[in-house]
Amino acid sequence: MKKADTKKKKVKEFQTPYTVMNAVKKGNTITKFSILIMGFGNIAHKQIGKGLMFLALEIGYLWYMISSGFHSLAMFPSLGWREQEKVWNEKKMIYEYTAGDQSQLLLLYGVATLFITCLFIVVWREAVRSAYKSEVLAKEGKHLNTFIEDYKSLFNQNLYKLLLAAPLMGVLGFTILPLVYNISMAFTNYSKLNDHMVLFDWVGLDNFKKILNFADSIGKQFYSVLGWTLVWAFFATFLNYIFGMILAIVVNRKDTKAKGFWRFCFVLSIAVPQFVSLLIMRTMLQPTGVINTMLMKYGLIETALPFLSKAMWARVTVIVINLWVGIPYTLLQVTGILQNIPAELYEAAKIDGANAVQAFFKITLPYMLFVMTPYLITQFTGNINNFNIIFLLTGGAPIPVESTAGKTDLLVTWLYKLTVEKNYYNLGAVIGIMTFITLAIVALLTYRNTASYKDEEGFM
Amino acid sequence: MSKKNKTEEASVKSRRLTVNIIIHIILAILAFIWVLPIFWVILTSFRAEKGSYVTTFFPKSYTLNNYVKLFTDTSVLNFPKMFTNTLVIAIFTCIISTIFVLSVSYCMSRMRFKMRKPYMNVAMILGLFPSFMSMIAVYYILKALNLSEGSMIPIALIIVFSAGTGLGFYVAKGFFDTIPKSLDEAATIDGATKWQVFTRITIPLSKPIIVYTILTAFMAPWIDFIFAKVICRAEAKYYTVSIGLWRMLEKEYIDSWYTCFAAGAVIVSVPIAILFIFTQKFYVEGMSGAVKG
Repeated sequence: MKKADTKKKKVKEFQTPYTVMNAVKKGNTITKFSILIMGFGNIAHKQIGKGLMFLALEIGYLWYMISSGFHSLAMFPSLGWREQEKVWNEKKMIYEYTAGDQSQLLLLYGVATLFITCLFIVVWREAVRSAYKSEVLAKEGKHLNTFIEDYKSLFNQNLYKLLLAAPLMGVLGFTILPLVYNISMAFTNYSKLNDHMVLFDWVGLDNFKKILNFADSIGKQFYSVLGWTLVWAFFATFLNYIFGMILAIVVNRKDTKAKGFWRFCFVLSIAVPQFVSLLIMRTMLQPTGVINTMLMKYGLIETALPFLSKAMWARVTVIVINLWVGIPYTLLQVTGILQNIPAELYEAAKIDGANAVQAFFKITLPYMLFVMTPYLITQFTGNINNFNIIFLLTGGAPIPVESTAGKTDLLVTWLYKLTVEKNYYNLGAVIGIMTFITLAIVALLTYRNTASYKDEEGFM
Repeated sequence: MSKKNKTEEASVKSRRLTVNIIIHIILAILAFIWVLPIFWVILTSFRAEKGSYVTTFFPKSYTLNNYVKLFTDTSVLNFPKMFTNTLVIAIFTCIISTIFVLSVSYCMSRMRFKMRKPYMNVAMILGLFPSFMSMIAVYYILKALNLSEGSMIPIALIIVFSAGTGLGFYVAKGFFDTIPKSLDEAATIDGATKWQVFTRITIPLSKPIIVYTILTAFMAPWIDFIFAKVICRAEAKYYTVSIGLWRMLEKEYIDSWYTCFAAGAVIVSVPIAILFIFTQKFYVEGMSGAVKG
């Protein structure tokens, strides 16, 4: 009930009478004309700077569409068919190569054109609304913002437009566009398999069927990799959290001497770049690495331990090494929050006769879980996407014969192998989407129910 | 006080002492495990014997030659060049992404507009995709923009490292949320614009989170090797430090370059470690908010 109320309020908060629908229904001829020629309404109402900007954007878009956009859209459904050919040139008496179609570029241009068109529609809506608004305001005899006032408002109530413009362009161009482009590859046969590297076609959901199919060899690998990814993420997250919290409590105990020194020792490992420390670990754990050599030298073992070369060993090793990497982070996080727990709670518990263990389970743990659930979820999703540890330590090894995925490969490292090493771009894209779906399910089930998401404003 | 109470007190005390000793021993062992790999790489960087196979933990003899070779032997792997490449990229990335992160965080924390919640949700959703899933796509886009060849590669890398940072606003937003809103309101009553509130009030109050943002942004190019590898491909002239170090451990180089790898690792780690240790306080503060209860 309460939720519905707040939702209603939210909608109302940003409601405005200047919508495109109203402009079409109630606007006068000038406003209706600006549906075709953007900025016309603004210019007619003496907002010349603003109007010219809209007009320039429209001309720019049309120019782009005519020069290349329409061609890109026309090629988008087929993704090209002309192969590169040798053609005999009579005049020069040589063979010349015709430029064949490159599906991968056509796909990119198609996606980019759709993208630009979407952006244009957003601008167009803004233009129509602005024209309608200026009409209504002029009719009511109210003040219309001049160009300079508009400019000034960018530093005041519209500051967000100014501040968000550049970051948003970056995100649109180099995060969302590539992502959409990559996702669209999942529905094609862009792959080294059957030689579809230059020309490829849409194949619908075939790739998904292949990967989800138990009987297919790729499908079998997918389920085993998915299983290990979930097991890994679970252990990596919760072991780190539990051991990190215990360590933090021990270090921060009243009776522990030289707290700063202990913290320094653990935190030092964060300061070393991860790829450096992991590469060092890898060389240390090799059959001829320093750990095996030392153990054999002092007669503790007969033959080298297969830390990274036997499936079970490698899996345990990566989880243990992840503890080495992750516990200091938990220590840092938890230390701050531990100090934030009101001391009165502990004093009250002491007066009531509770011992340290009871205080931990009744006060510390519930408090920590309440505050840190979002952190745990980000850790879990981060671990599912934890590329560095696996790639740098084992590279997915041991890899069974006739398989593309190794026994320690996570979905992400497998994705990397499929695209960069094997050039199975379509399968890689499908794996990426499946990873996303896995994460989305986990996140949706938990994240939206956390207190700090629901009660964002209440925190202040 | 009766005698019985005294003996009880003494036994509690001695039990507490043993517990303390045990805990300190465990801490010492753990600290040793955590420091060991770092200690090992520092030792290796001063080791005189070549190659990756060793029979003793401590080097038989010590030398500075590994560091000298790293900076003078530029014929195969040009480390000084890689170092300057990375430094330049890191400086630009740092500036751009700090501006991006602070701008977005401020908007999300202090301004109320229609696209705010959708943007935050989209950012969360995008965060769920593996970050380099779109790596190949980014490469093709850079290629279409003519940024993938020759001297454009550093620019391409700066774009790659900084363009998407507008999505990583959660930590800084959380920090801004803890700055009392009454400060903003007071300034607004005095006639300050939002821009003035942002630059004169919020920014000066946010030193911890700014340091934290600058640090993480500066470190990104030093520690990433996946994107750098895909974008630089075979153009060794534009390699960053991390690709160089990665290559030193490849089969054909490892025997002659292993100890140099250790030296390079130390050189990369030392500045980052120093920065980190000095700003560790800020890191924790940035996580837990400006105003403590």
